[in-house]
Amino acid sequence: MELLKKLSSKGWRIIAPVRSGNQVTFREIAEGADILEDFVQSTQSAKGVIFPPVEELFRYHMKKEGAELPEQEKTIPTTLVFGLRPCDAAAVNSLNAVFTWDYQDSQFKERLENTYFMPVSCSRADEYCFCTSVGGNPGDTRGSDILLTKLSTGEYLAEIVTDKGKKITELAPGLFGAEPLEAKEKNLAVVDRRFDARELKQKLETLFDSNIWVQQSLRCIGCGACAFVCPTCVCFDIQDEGRGNQGKRLRCWDSCGFSLFTLHTSGHNPRDKQSQRWRQRIMHKFSYQPDRLAVTGCVGCGRCSRACPVDMNLLEHLVQAMAMEVQP
Amino acid sequence: MQELRNKVKELLSKGTVQTVIGYGEGTAGKVRPVFITDPGNTDSLIFDLRCKQNLAVYLLKPEVKQLGKAAVVAPLFTLKTILQLAAEFQLADGDIVIIGMDDEGKLIEFPDLAAVEAFVTRYDDLSAETKAELDRIEKMPLEERWQYWQKELSRCIKCYACRAACPLCYCTRCTVEINQPQWIAVPSHDLGNLEWHIMRAMHLAGRCINCGECARACPLDIPLNLLTQKLIREISLHFNQRAGIGSKAENTLSTFKPDDKENFIN
Repeated sequence: MELLKKLSSKGWRIIAPVRSGNQVTFREIAEGADILEDFVQSTQSAKGVIFPPVEELFRYHMKKEGAELPEQEKTIPTTLVFGLRPCDAAAVNSLNAVFTWDYQDSQFKERLENTYFMPVSCSRADEYCFCTSVGGNPGDTRGSDILLTKLSTGEYLAEIVTDKGKKITELAPGLFGAEPLEAKEKNLAVVDRRFDARELKQKLETLFDSNIWVQQSLRCIGCGACAFVCPTCVCFDIQDEGRGNQGKRLRCWDSCGFSLFTLHTSGHNPRDKQSQRWRQRIMHKFSYQPDRLAVTGCVGCGRCSRACPVDMNLLEHLVQAMAMEVQP
Repeated sequence: MQELRNKVKELLSKGTVQTVIGYGEGTAGKVRPVFITDPGNTDSLIFDLRCKQNLAVYLLKPEVKQLGKAAVVAPLFTLKTILQLAAEFQLADGDIVIIGMDDEGKLIEFPDLAAVEAFVTRYDDLSAETKAELDRIEKMPLEERWQYWQKELSRCIKCYACRAACPLCYCTRCTVEINQPQWIAVPSHDLGNLEWHIMRAMHLAGRCINCGECARACPLDIPLNLLTQKLIREISLHFNQRAGIGSKAENTLSTFKPDDKENFIN
């Protein structure tokens, strides 16, 4: 693709969806790579670009005088994430809300500053998608720098959403024409809205003690796949890996679904049952985070449900929660 | 299928069990585990070739145990799991009601574990396709084999779906959850992934009954079952032992006999 070649020649790192066995995955691509466009959703999200599965926080060297933390010359390359879905770009807003809430996570911020998002709108969806129920849609521009929509003519409608998006057009001026050639909406998938996120939040506030969590979570095996494929999940673990008097501190992905997650040093575990952890997952994303950060912690991408080995189907459970009658 | 539903209705109405773990229709043609507690609700039970998930993973879960006595719909791999769990003292004869299902979906009654043993022993541990795949990898020169596994395992994100799905991974506190010392590196870098998968395979040596849940649960389609299948072959070859065929079998790697042919310990 012309634009990608242009940016790549300027030293940009391009990350795009490619086929990997039976799955669609995001990879750094070189020229001539076979970028996929005709797919509903990738198995993993692109969140790893700005929030890597394993990230070094610092190195240490124990000396007689104390610990020395050598300055790391880390440069984050300018990166374009191309071809992700609008829901994945919208997820960046949720990640950003968490990582810049009170403590300003400098590593996240640096990665985000150097990363540009160019999603392609969805022309089709499947039964797992529910973006329209959580404030999104197949042509959502939230979180994008430039949103592309493929038109029936084969060309792309480009919406320049942010200043960063503008910067891209300035780097490749010849590739961007002026007139929109066809209405965007004609080329978008239809995703029926199944619930209203605000109403869900209010309903959840009445369901903390409900038995619904036990019923819903019976088949959950606590595997963690949902959290790891999710574009908005941010829970992490910190691990020190050292030998002798040197080492490094790493941050890596974790999941609230694991029983270890809330195990106290005393041995007490406030969430020792899977139903409590399932409830926590739902509450965090649809009640607590919207309350505290004004951003819903889910973009309706459906990955969790597709990856789940026991077919938990998040959308189904949320619709079920909405239908619950609670005795006052 | 109707035979199955009738059996379940009978078990629940008579109060023989309080819950039946079986298969039901899921999203978009998938099959999901179901927990039937109401004898009037047996129509949601199905059984067909899509029913591949090993439901034995639920037998030791406290959340399921607290529902009361359970019955489980058990195709071959689940039957073998039950025997292995019994051999490891996790289940006793009579703890659960076993609703056996053969390849054609016909119900088999198993009054006790001895009946299950008589049934499973006739089946090979590894299919012809599996043996061919193991052969293919074993024939690779060492460097190529190493590259193959490096490539596959580099995709691992340490989500532990393989562990959660395996009915024989029932430790309430897994080795990776110990950090005094941190035996297995947690992050999903190359070393962390290698350590985890080697350790998991070794902990299943002589115990894995080849249900394939690990590979099926993996969100990234890593062929994890090849590792444990390889060890099934090794254990059979070198120790002449098989998992999941006896409720009183001895675990190869944790059984010592004074007349062991390796006499360095004497």
